[in-house]
Amino acid sequence: MYIKRPIEPMLWLLFSAGGVMAALVMPMTLFLFGLAFPLGWLAPPTYDRLLAIVSNPLTRVILFVLCSLSLFHWAHRFRYTLYDGLQIKHLNEVINMVCYGGAVVGTLVAAYLLVMVP
Amino acid sequence: MTQNTIYTPYHPRWHRTRVSTYWWLARGSYFLFILRELSSLAVAWFVVYLLMLISAVSKGNDAYQQLLHWSGTPFALFMNIGSFVFVVLHAVTWFNLAPQAMVVKVGSRRVPGFLIAGSNYAGWVVVSIAIVALLFIQW
Repeated sequence: MYIKRPIEPMLWLLFSAGGVMAALVMPMTLFLFGLAFPLGWLAPPTYDRLLAIVSNPLTRVILFVLCSLSLFHWAHRFRYTLYDGLQIKHLNEVINMVCYGGAVVGTLVAAYLLVMVP
Repeated sequence: MTQNTIYTPYHPRWHRTRVSTYWWLARGSYFLFILRELSSLAVAWFVVYLLMLISAVSKGNDAYQQLLHWSGTPFALFMNIGSFVFVVLHAVTWFNLAPQAMVVKVGSRRVPGFLIAGSNYAGWVVVSIAIVALLFIQW
């Protein structure tokens, strides 16, 4: 097994923290950027405004934590969805690698993109 | 734990009926469970979309306008509207489960579940208002 027992509680902790962050932040953000702006219900914020928000160091830290924890939340939950839901147990190691590996890669991408914001 | 395990040779094997791969279609509550679990895909999509937005903002106004335009295409609308529904399902089920996951005690008394769930919902409202304020209010 790639995932050894002692780190299991840590993974549950990341899952919970990511679940809270996702539940608090995502619905409103997705409502605005996914529905309200493209469907013309509200005018999107100007570029300068959004750049000012994203380039603020505190926002960058929050966005980084949001991205990383949410990805670990996904990894953990999706792993168990495949395990319980579809009973794919023989591919356990591959699934773990793809899920947690994906979360690690996504975390690195998020860090890079947030550092590169002018 | 494991070093004291005693193995019994020729132990009869338990009879277990095989569970169907589609067991979660058998009942409404099972189906809702699997929908809740699948909300993690919407969470992952949100991160992808957010990173696209951050990347566009770093590149400049043209890239930002392009992303806003792309968000109006059928594929993006489908992904974002679908994810919005699932993210709301995640939030509601998550906050409703919070009283089971958190045992908060004041003195020797356990704080009742509705207060814990209620404070989570209150937090959701506050964060949502903060996001709107951050994006729209002129300081």
